[in-house]
Amino acid sequence: MIGVVSYLVFFATVAAILAIAVLGLNLHWGNTGLFNGGVAAFFGAGAYGTLLLGGTPQDGHLGGFGLAYPAALLGGMAAAAVMAWLVGVLTLRLRHDYLAIATFGVAVAFETLMRNAEWLAGGAKGVRGFERPLRDALGDGFLYNLLFLVAVLVVLVAVYLFLERLIGSPFGRLLRAIREDETAARSLGKTPAQVRLTAFVTGAVIMGLAGGLYGTFYAFVSPQDILPTLTFQIWAMLIVGGAGNNRGAILGAFLIWGAWTASGWALSRFAPVEAQLYTGSVQFVLIGLVIVGMLLWRPEGLLPERLVVSQSGSSSRTQEGV
Amino acid sequence: MPEPVLSTRGLSRRFGALNAVEDVSIDIGAGTMTGLIGPNGAGKSTVFNLLTGALKPSTGTVLLNGRDVTGLAPDRLFALGLARTFQIPRPFARMSVLENVMLAPPHQTGERLGGRFLAWGRVRAEEARLRARALEVLDFMTLGPLADHPAGKISGGQRKLLELARVLMGDPAVILLDEPAAGVHPALTETLIGKIETLNRQGKTFVIIEHDMDVVMGHCAPLIALAEGRVIFHGTPAEARANTALLDAYLGVPVDV
Repeated sequence: MIGVVSYLVFFATVAAILAIAVLGLNLHWGNTGLFNGGVAAFFGAGAYGTLLLGGTPQDGHLGGFGLAYPAALLGGMAAAAVMAWLVGVLTLRLRHDYLAIATFGVAVAFETLMRNAEWLAGGAKGVRGFERPLRDALGDGFLYNLLFLVAVLVVLVAVYLFLERLIGSPFGRLLRAIREDETAARSLGKTPAQVRLTAFVTGAVIMGLAGGLYGTFYAFVSPQDILPTLTFQIWAMLIVGGAGNNRGAILGAFLIWGAWTASGWALSRFAPVEAQLYTGSVQFVLIGLVIVGMLLWRPEGLLPERLVVSQSGSSSRTQEGV
Repeated sequence: MPEPVLSTRGLSRRFGALNAVEDVSIDIGAGTMTGLIGPNGAGKSTVFNLLTGALKPSTGTVLLNGRDVTGLAPDRLFALGLARTFQIPRPFARMSVLENVMLAPPHQTGERLGGRFLAWGRVRAEEARLRARALEVLDFMTLGPLADHPAGKISGGQRKLLELARVLMGDPAVILLDEPAAGVHPALTETLIGKIETLNRQGKTFVIIEHDMDVVMGHCAPLIALAEGRVIFHGTPAEARANTALLDAYLGVPVDV
């Protein structure tokens, strides 16, 4: 019994961390229409940044500054922000598929760099040597994992509330207008390039925060954690849950992570032995099928975007019966 | 001739070998409802795009209230009081009609990322004010009942009304309308033209590209005609009617209007 509960805590922690990343992607794609094909890079920048800043000194690569956990997390988010700002400035004029290709390329380049630059972050061996905060007080067992889950859920709720406020504000209105028609927005005096950059960096910081939590949860990050698969998983979560809807993004994260975990378990248990080697690939195909199927069957997602009528006092209007 | 509010001097635009607009020098008088007419391909829309900053001229200048605004981007021009609508309306489809209109006013505190959090009270007050004004403008444009509808779901004519409502929120002095009557139900055209005339009487200057001759002859003065990128006529509708050369150029054959 404790085994099941313990596993559920583990599952929920990872799902909640991924949900934070999906919220970041929702700001990009759902609200602003920015096709970020390189989610893994910003997630990875956060994970690597946090571990390098907060970890213990390691031989052979940078980092090990042993910063306090919150400072390390903020550093990871800053790393994601810097990366997003650079990518954003360079690709500011790109839209849709071009931006997707450019950001995908950035993610592949980042992963390749991390895999090969051993002096930087351990190369293929990854970064270890992170002391999980408060471990002395809480030990390493179930209690620690439970409290870590609670902490992650608190962060998830905080990010959710932040984004809900943001997209309900005039800034959010501006994001939607740019998503819908950039030319029309410019004709109304708006400056889309600047606003898109702001949204791009903000979303990437949220992905970096998710990456930082992920890295510290495992106390380890390696190039295997930032493969393109991660980008596709996070996209599948957003599309299934409902782009433009933050609750949908969270729902999608739990559903897809559940399906991913279950399919991995089922394949390892029921697939013929000679196919065992390919379970990862089969799961990859399944993710693709889910994305395509969802786009064909219900492109707006399980929880579609709600029309924002106006941020303050929006309910009064409906009663007037104009 | 009233004081010119918008002028061009020697405005030209080439696309490769094509001279889409050639040496156009016009003055749009303040408070007028100037009709810009001409056959398809005459360069009307190019002139519009040059005036509104969507295109940069090859040569020549654009003056707004005597200030050189040549080559300024559309967002800058909107802030200076020059607004436009599109031939094919461009509503923000997956936003409510009200949101479309509330978006338009410039320099909103809450448009900055931190505005919502750092100046919460001010944003709230601004939003309440904008909302009231937006509903007023929507009611004026007869779109009040549609305020909560997605803008992508309203009719073509209503979209034209919406575009005009949107630009009105920026309180521009000059509004350029690209074929406001095209593809609009005649009853709605009446409404739209009526609203434009009301605004015109309140002092707003309009420049209107229009193919519907009833609209042009009945409501616009003066008229400026373009053909093959050049100005071929500038005068009153009565003069235009008497100008057979213009009508020949415009329609290819003499007609009775």
